[in-house]
Amino acid sequence: MAVASAPSTLPLGKKKEFSQSYWSLVWYRFKKNKLGVLGGIFLIGLYLAFVVLPEFIAPYALENRSNFVEAPPTPIRFVDANGQFQPPFIYGLDRKVDQVKRLRTWVENPDRKYRVGLFVQGDAYQLLGLISTNVHLFGIEADQKEARIFIMGSDALGRDFFTRIMYGGRLSLMIGLIGQFLTLALGATLGVISGYYGGATDMFVQRFTEFLAAFPNIPLFMALSAAIPAFWSPIAVYFMLTLILAFLGWGGLARQVRGLVLSLREREYALAAKSFGAKDRRIMFRHLLPGTMSHVIVIATLSIPGMILAETALSWLGLGLRPPLTSWGTLLQDAATVRAIRFTPWLLWTVPPILFTVLTYNMLGDGLRDALDPYSGR
Amino acid sequence: MVNYLIRRVGYALIMVVLVSFVSFAIIELPPGDFLTQKVEQLRARGDRSAEQQVETLRLRYGLDKPFLERYFNWASNFLRGDFGESFEFERPVSEILGARLGYTVILAIATTVLTWALAIPLGVYSAVKQYSPGDQAISVVSFIGLGMPGFLLALIIMYFAIIVFNLEVTGLFSPEFQDAPWSFAKVMDLLGHLWIPALISAVTGIGGLVRIMRGNLLDTLGQPFVEAARARGLKNRTVTWKHAVRIAINPLITILGSDVFPSIIVGSSLVAIVLNLPTIGPVFVDSLRKLDMYLAGTCIVFLTIMLLVGNLVADLLLAWVDPRIRLE
Repeated sequence: MAVASAPSTLPLGKKKEFSQSYWSLVWYRFKKNKLGVLGGIFLIGLYLAFVVLPEFIAPYALENRSNFVEAPPTPIRFVDANGQFQPPFIYGLDRKVDQVKRLRTWVENPDRKYRVGLFVQGDAYQLLGLISTNVHLFGIEADQKEARIFIMGSDALGRDFFTRIMYGGRLSLMIGLIGQFLTLALGATLGVISGYYGGATDMFVQRFTEFLAAFPNIPLFMALSAAIPAFWSPIAVYFMLTLILAFLGWGGLARQVRGLVLSLREREYALAAKSFGAKDRRIMFRHLLPGTMSHVIVIATLSIPGMILAETALSWLGLGLRPPLTSWGTLLQDAATVRAIRFTPWLLWTVPPILFTVLTYNMLGDGLRDALDPYSGR
Repeated sequence: MVNYLIRRVGYALIMVVLVSFVSFAIIELPPGDFLTQKVEQLRARGDRSAEQQVETLRLRYGLDKPFLERYFNWASNFLRGDFGESFEFERPVSEILGARLGYTVILAIATTVLTWALAIPLGVYSAVKQYSPGDQAISVVSFIGLGMPGFLLALIIMYFAIIVFNLEVTGLFSPEFQDAPWSFAKVMDLLGHLWIPALISAVTGIGGLVRIMRGNLLDTLGQPFVEAARARGLKNRTVTWKHAVRIAINPLITILGSDVFPSIIVGSSLVAIVLNLPTIGPVFVDSLRKLDMYLAGTCIVFLTIMLLVGNLVADLLLAWVDPRIRLE
């Protein structure tokens, strides 16, 4: 499939022929799709923020509790009570009992002001798991220990909800990537084997994928994840859940890869490899599999958001990840009741990052499909 | 034709048996059963007789018997119309599901009608007026619908209803109609609540349908027979709806079968959980979580039956709509 690059032994003085590899053509076409490029850039940003640097961006440590229980988001202010413009600050919070609604709430107290700064010192952590530091992107200046900044409010244990969303993104975003990688490995391998050997192997793999497809989908997710023992450690649950998501996803991919391999194995280059005496394994994984890659990448990109959403929905139902682990799904558990929406609506801040992730993956996948699809016109 | 039907039904029967067995085994996988969960609850409440109560229940539900025997008991009773007893509700499964079946069917029908009544005209418009502002707008909305999971949309709608409009959107009835006998006012109240879950499912379901309809119709509109119809001087409307759409709609019929029939059992269960609807979906999800075997197993079997029936109906419909398709 790759366009051969110009031989380097051209006679001197002759005009050098301009040729490009398949992937550089793909890159050229992809760059023209502004929405796809934008999606890709956003995704890199998302993974940087939520997977690599959440400790730095979040102002507190994950389990840092405070007395400010269910505090609403604190607005960062630039203008004080006298109408003077000031460097950014927040007001202190006071407990107040609302007699009419019979509620305990927090109100801002304009008498106490706290400066908000960039690169302030706070809870210690390991940056990238290597560098010990205590500098956070933003927060209240280190000399004002009694105050807290909650830009997205706090939860029932007084933990900063913005911090929790930042840390939760790591598990949610990684489950999509790892799960999809496993799906790819399983689906592509079985697809190639099934298409290349044909016969009984093919028959077996195909019947098995049909069986998986005939199973009602969401219930199967739920039944399998309900089968994860409750006493397992959270990490084991996490990997088990990833495995389940991958196990249920590979069928469709295997069918597509098989279809492509069926036609590729009759091509001249595959026959040539065979007549040179190449082993089956070499033909399958060196010659046939790369030919299906463009297709596979598109399918993978478009199905990662589905996997992230599956984790979110399962954890939200209490069938996926469980509370000591923090993911966007477990964060939703506290938010999805009528009571929570009425009294602590800021817990719904989990929803925008989920939707944003899904949207960017769809934008990137759509752009890749246009760039990689061999059947579309140039 | 008869041969074909017999083959399909036979295949379906094997599938149902396999699926029921495997799902029974999967629900069996977690260590412990419903009763071990119950013992812990009772103990936590300080109930001294917990062990003894649970032992009687264990005998009553036959949980002391080996797995295979339990499966065969349940399966043979199933054929006689006895689906077993739910541990959680301590009532027969058929009673629990029967009470909720009505609303589930009403919701499934409302959702389907709304989705398809919107998706097909929008898809056709999008294709006929390709690249027009209307087409662009429809495309953007359907992409958003494609990426938006229903339960998140339900949460967002609940947020706006409660915080902005101060409305109650959960359930299917207002409190005063909950236990009232059926009357015109109660039906109107039901309709007043029904449109929210129906709209949520429609918005999330419409995206894919519109894209498929648009793509297929675009392909069909470029074919010679459409050209020929135009050349004969037929009206644009006739060419589109009578000639092109009839061909382009084929894949949608397949989807109709495999989508609508299962949705009668678990249609949008996640949305139903958020909105607290009295449909089968939430009970099913809960039964999986609580290891309530017979309830969960019954739901899965009916779901599989619906899926297979749906596929069969879709294939038959397809052959009826498009005479070029031969069933063999």
